[in-house]
Amino acid sequence: MTPLDGFLEAAVRGATPLAFAALGELVAERSGVINIGLEGAIICGALASFIAAAAFGPATGLLAGGAAGLVVGLIFAFFVLAVRAEQILVGAAVSMLGLGASATLYRLVTANGPAIAHVPTLPALRIPVLADIPVFGHALFFQPATTYLLYLLFPIASFLLYRTVGGIALRAAGESPSAVTAAGHSSLRMQFAALCVCGFLAGVGGATLVVVQAGTFSDGMSAGRGFIAIAVVALGRWKPAGVAIGALLFGAAAALQFLSQSLGWSIPYNVVLAAPYIMTLAALALFRGSHAAPAALGRSLDGSVSPIR
Amino acid sequence: MIGRRRAIRLGMPIVVVVGATALVALMITMAGYDAGAAMAAALDGAFGGSFAILSATLKRTTPLLLLGVAVAAAFRAGVLNIGAEGQFLAGAAAAVAVGLYTPVDSAAVTLLLELGAAVVAGAAWSGIAAFLKLRFGITEVVSTLLLNFVALNGVGYLVRGPLQEPTRAFPMTSELATGARLPLLMEGQRLHWGFVLALAVAVGAWWVFDHTAAGFRARIVGVGRRAAESAGLVAVNRVQMSALLASGAIAGIAGFCEVTGVTYALFEGLSPGYGYTAIGVALLGKLHPIGIIAAAVFFGALGSGADAMQRNAGIPAEFASVLAAMVVLGVLAIPAAQAASPGSLRVTDAP
Repeated sequence: MTPLDGFLEAAVRGATPLAFAALGELVAERSGVINIGLEGAIICGALASFIAAAAFGPATGLLAGGAAGLVVGLIFAFFVLAVRAEQILVGAAVSMLGLGASATLYRLVTANGPAIAHVPTLPALRIPVLADIPVFGHALFFQPATTYLLYLLFPIASFLLYRTVGGIALRAAGESPSAVTAAGHSSLRMQFAALCVCGFLAGVGGATLVVVQAGTFSDGMSAGRGFIAIAVVALGRWKPAGVAIGALLFGAAAALQFLSQSLGWSIPYNVVLAAPYIMTLAALALFRGSHAAPAALGRSLDGSVSPIR
Repeated sequence: MIGRRRAIRLGMPIVVVVGATALVALMITMAGYDAGAAMAAALDGAFGGSFAILSATLKRTTPLLLLGVAVAAAFRAGVLNIGAEGQFLAGAAAAVAVGLYTPVDSAAVTLLLELGAAVVAGAAWSGIAAFLKLRFGITEVVSTLLLNFVALNGVGYLVRGPLQEPTRAFPMTSELATGARLPLLMEGQRLHWGFVLALAVAVGAWWVFDHTAAGFRARIVGVGRRAAESAGLVAVNRVQMSALLASGAIAGIAGFCEVTGVTYALFEGLSPGYGYTAIGVALLGKLHPIGIIAAAVFFGALGSGADAMQRNAGIPAEFASVLAAMVVLGVLAIPAAQAASPGSLRVTDAP
């Protein structure tokens, strides 16, 4: 395996958890809600998958991760949609809650139960023919099943968002909630559905950290991926294809350290890690005025944008 | 005499704290621990004796207080600065850089230079977000959040590159010389003069918020941007951007206090998420500096109490972070709980 193969493979691997979370965030943001609580859903998904995978194997782990993420998503949805608290601040608090609750539960599990060091992980599956494509074939088609699941999920999400009544109503909720109401749909219901999807996918993303990559759990292993996913959505211009590419770019940046090590380059590793964030800000600045962001994004349901009461 | 509504408004955060504490106590019990012992250990660790109060609780309170005031300064003007973490790191890095290389013998001059550098760096870091907002219309929520990670990696770069200690073995800077450090408040305690500075900043902020035209303008903008704009009362952009710059500057001071008063060096893990906890501090303090002082002491005590709880009662300190998050969520739910009360300030800004 050449350094380039290793780099591309690591880029795709690093992009996988991000892509799940960012796809969820995309759905939430298209419905008009920024979910900064993503980090909490990811870490709770990771812990749940760790516990479930130890007992029932990696596939169950993925589902358990999604379920835990869904629970965190429901907490977020409750405070934003029912209590109508400011979504950015609820998101920050839900991230805190997820990180704290997962660390606490992990401590309790390890203190009271049998010690679990490692859980089984999903193997990489080689897809014949496709994996032989030069340069990127190996990286794209010699991956665990979760990566292939993403190859399906992105087109499906794209179809659902752009070609179905529900998807169009969901996006309309993010542009003009009053228009959705006028058309006889409930923007509240759309946003609730979007936040459920968002929480579930973020939880699955967290689960992939455990049952695909690390094979174990550690406190704070989400390592800011929830926030990165928000950058990925902005970098991807709030479109599924863009989000997929954005996730790959962030994955590539994280993987670049391996490449630069093996090639003996001396790019400071922190500079590489900071680059995607700067790229995201640059992209937001460059494409301003193209109105890619949902018009009602971040606005609370009574139409106000002010966080202070 | 304070009116009934005002009493309810001021009492709500206390109700939230008590309620959240009761819930966490219940969780501790359900997890099979003795909640009473947990509380006793935590209270002892946070307030039991002068060492606990001064060297543990108030030492932790200092950055939270400054960052809470910083966050509130922005929030009051309706600017969602969630980049206090990054602005804190920018201030800390600038203070250490100046402290390590200032060829001045006078401690007072060195400290002033460090403080000045931290203020400028913190304001500059939030200034990037202000610029991006004014020039390109990028919302400060996204830009300040992303800049946190740029700052974190910036610190990582500095402590592995230009500012790394001479042996190049550890990812950190050399320690500041004694003359470049904030003096301790008293012998035998870890509390430093940064705490006094933080109190002064909070009181100063109180005066600015409540007794100056600038503070009043910020509040008008924060309550209803569109109303302020259409009434032609204030230049909304200018007010909001000034608030964001001031917020960054105060966060920079927090960075200065932490490196010159506590760690004496710069390294990547300098902040255990102070900038994010500060959002909770500001909200629990209802964006009022005096409330923020109380909230910062609460969060500071929570940290030192949790450590003691783990050390002396064997109960996981992580329960404290659950409590902190629940308090913040509870405070966020207060407006809904108060919505029934007449005359509550709920100005909408209809599109």
